[in-house]
Amino acid sequence: MLWETVIGLETHAQLSTHSKIFSGVSTKFGAEPNTQASVIDFALPGVLPVLNRGAVERAIRLGLAVGGKINRRSIFARKNYFYPDLPKGYQISQYEIPVVEGGGLTIRVGDVEKFIRLTRAHLEEDAGKSLHEDFAGMSGIDLNRAGTPLLEIVSEPDMRSSAEAVAYARSLHTLVQWIGICDGNMQEGSFRCDANVSVRPLGSDRLGTRCEIKNLNSFRFLERAIEFEVRRQIGLIEDGGRVVQETRLYDPDRDETRSMRSKEDAQDYRYFPDPDLLPLEIADDWVEATRQAMPELPAAMRERFVTDYALAPYDAAALTGGRDIADFFEAMVRHLPTEPKLCANWLMGEVSARVNRDQIGLGAAPVSAQALAGLLARIADGTLSGKMAKEVFDAMWEGGESADALIEQRGLRQISDGGAIEVMVDEVLAANPKSVAEFRSGKDKAFNALVGRVMKAARGKANPAQVNEVLKRKLDA
Amino acid sequence: MIGDALHRSTIADLSRLLSAREVSAVELAHLYLNRIDAHRDLNAFLDVRPEVTLAQAAAADARLACGDATPLTGIPVAHKDIFVTRDFASTAGSRMLAGYMSPFDAAVVENLGAAGMVTLGKLNCDEFAMGSSNENSAYGNVLNPWDKSAVPGGSSGGSSAAVAARIAPVATATDTGGSIREPAAFTGITGTKPTYGRPSRWGMIAFASSLDTAGLMTGSAEDAALVLNAMVGFDARDSTSIDRPPEDYTRSLAQPLNGMRIGVPGEFFGAGLAADVESAIRTALDTYRGLGATLVDISLPNAELGIPVYYVVAPAECSSNLSRFDGVRYGHRAKNYSDLTDMIKKSRAEGLGPEPKRRILIGAYVLSHGYYDAYYIKAQQVRRLIADEFREAFRLCDVIAGPVTTSVAFGFGEKAADPVSMYMSDLYTIPGSLAGIPSMSIPCGFGAHQRPVGLQLMANYFDEARMLNAAHQYQLATDWHRLVPPGF
Repeated sequence: MLWETVIGLETHAQLSTHSKIFSGVSTKFGAEPNTQASVIDFALPGVLPVLNRGAVERAIRLGLAVGGKINRRSIFARKNYFYPDLPKGYQISQYEIPVVEGGGLTIRVGDVEKFIRLTRAHLEEDAGKSLHEDFAGMSGIDLNRAGTPLLEIVSEPDMRSSAEAVAYARSLHTLVQWIGICDGNMQEGSFRCDANVSVRPLGSDRLGTRCEIKNLNSFRFLERAIEFEVRRQIGLIEDGGRVVQETRLYDPDRDETRSMRSKEDAQDYRYFPDPDLLPLEIADDWVEATRQAMPELPAAMRERFVTDYALAPYDAAALTGGRDIADFFEAMVRHLPTEPKLCANWLMGEVSARVNRDQIGLGAAPVSAQALAGLLARIADGTLSGKMAKEVFDAMWEGGESADALIEQRGLRQISDGGAIEVMVDEVLAANPKSVAEFRSGKDKAFNALVGRVMKAARGKANPAQVNEVLKRKLDA
Repeated sequence: MIGDALHRSTIADLSRLLSAREVSAVELAHLYLNRIDAHRDLNAFLDVRPEVTLAQAAAADARLACGDATPLTGIPVAHKDIFVTRDFASTAGSRMLAGYMSPFDAAVVENLGAAGMVTLGKLNCDEFAMGSSNENSAYGNVLNPWDKSAVPGGSSGGSSAAVAARIAPVATATDTGGSIREPAAFTGITGTKPTYGRPSRWGMIAFASSLDTAGLMTGSAEDAALVLNAMVGFDARDSTSIDRPPEDYTRSLAQPLNGMRIGVPGEFFGAGLAADVESAIRTALDTYRGLGATLVDISLPNAELGIPVYYVVAPAECSSNLSRFDGVRYGHRAKNYSDLTDMIKKSRAEGLGPEPKRRILIGAYVLSHGYYDAYYIKAQQVRRLIADEFREAFRLCDVIAGPVTTSVAFGFGEKAADPVSMYMSDLYTIPGSLAGIPSMSIPCGFGAHQRPVGLQLMANYFDEARMLNAAHQYQLATDWHRLVPPGF
């Protein structure tokens, strides 16, 4: 039987506010345990929450970016359960009426585009952390993270493969950073995904029983966990078994998912509206002001790159894979408006390779967009060959000097003087009668050998296009 | 000069004496500390720290000396143990919080402290403010100064007993379903609950957040108005605090009652009302007529649903509010346990008393999957109906008057075994709590066993000044509020 995979993702994006969602304490990562927690985060008797408007504004930005509906009135609810690192014994979240509903994201797998619908996005607070390893026979509780603002973004079960799920997660990951609501740091847990996975016979329109997979803190784990889970579920059904609705944990070391709790163990969270917080009212003015301040979104920019710069859709997608690369590209093109394709190739090729090698962000690259455009201008005007430009670029990366200064210093200026090239070609033809004869008898390879000899004579500085042209003319004569 | 009856003075009188430097704040503090000590058998106070009180009194005297005083500077006050305080333990009457020291003061405590009031200590109450007789305190019963075999009411039983016994001239209290008005009625004093959202809840240990309201126990309505001026105000730390400009609650005290329309709800005079209470209330209504007020018959047909609504909403909120008491970060932690879950279970089992447990169970039940709509949502709908009825009623009248309780104070143990009959004690006070309107109890006579009877006054949202005006004019015409229990 053929099976179809159905996947929906729940993503927790930690919002990039400076302070927590209800207490005003700093959200900075990595402080000593319990130093970034106030009486509110410790849930001492008598404390009350006050909503951070910065978190709401970020939710509005997401709603606008995905074309969702921003509810003008939403409700904070209490999700009640006991856990040592949940200080109040309940989490403040949104339940019946979330801040954002609907909208969606366009993803691309290979050349295929697909629209993934969003169910909702709601605001909530994070819990603290239990530290079970550090204390013999005891558990430690760190409440620095308690009260950190999260936006839980829930998709519809619109994905049909692990590749689509990863594409959606990447696209959302790009988007939340793009609109400045989340730093996207997956190692620190700022962007975490849970996947709801089920399988059904191909052609069926009924959803199969789903399992929720947790602990997916990288795109690779997301992909592998889904693939394992799909194999597990298909195997189970084909062996005559039945998938049980449950929560499963992905173990990256063993590359498998394990049952955490079944639906029967599922807690009744006894949600009810939090009487300490009034309904969240969002005025139209607020939404409008936020809309005005929104940056151009990646999808719009991708289209603009294709139409304005005649880039291939694939290149345009790559260049809008992040705000940093898009900004870098636009800055390059501003300085070299005639050569968008050359800019794109160098940025996606040489620059990306070095940034990856050095494991630095594009923002920390030692060569600025302007300096790189200066180098590419020397290719465009024929001063440098591509090969020479790479040599100069290496030096720029190491030393930070401008392309023109390095060209002068190293005497790297390409020989584009027609007369000088003619002389060199004549000398090479005279010195290599055997190759000339081979070429004339039909061996095309001999041509390349002759080019090589001319370039060698020019110590690599001759303009290769001109060498080709002169050589060809003289051999054909 | 310190006369024999200084402790029976009103706050207005004490204020005059302090500003005239005829008595010092330290002298007043000593007077009341001595009285607290002499009447320890009442068990009204849970924590008294004379060194703290006297230091605050000395600071108040310094303010009085340099002319930086408010009308309340140097006046002693005692706080219900629901308000957290830096300088005194804050237990909420629960074993769970035995010895708990808060790193901050409640907003109400802060405000009164900023006005220069001197804290006498913390007052006993029903555990987490759950109860109508103070018999649910983990720290023992409080005696009613009028009759030590009777309960002082609850949950603010320490507050009511302390003010009735004049071992504190004023006490803070909280009212969720009647916890100010019922004990005030049982002890013959003035108990005032302002509009929900007017006083800050910051630092009030939460029982039912949508109902919990800070208020006062005083000897008179005038005293209540004076202290309320300093106590209430917008607080950005409480999202349900209402941002309105400050007002002077004494501004209309002196206004005559000519033309005031007093609504009398027929539903408050039904079969459940004891004859002695009804008779005192009818007499009080006659007094109002004599003062020029017009009595208007009004109807609050859904008010009787107040009790079932309240016993869904309040336990629901309490079941969640009390979840933080898990023994993890503070409070009682069980000695022996097998794992984290067991630690939380045992700590709560040992730390919480029977009434909080009962309400947590009710609350968890009404919020649980499949029951939420039938109980919680339905209760909230009826709650809105009750609020709407009050709104309608206040088109016909300015103030509503009626009984506070169905009977005078009952004896210890009389209702303790029957939670439902205990819950019925709040029949007349719960509707006003559900609506969130201001309401108060003023003494209006005595019933069986010479135990006091309270008259309830209720007003529209933010109409405290008019309610206090009605109370003050009654107190100018009567002496009930001046009577002090024999021996005090």
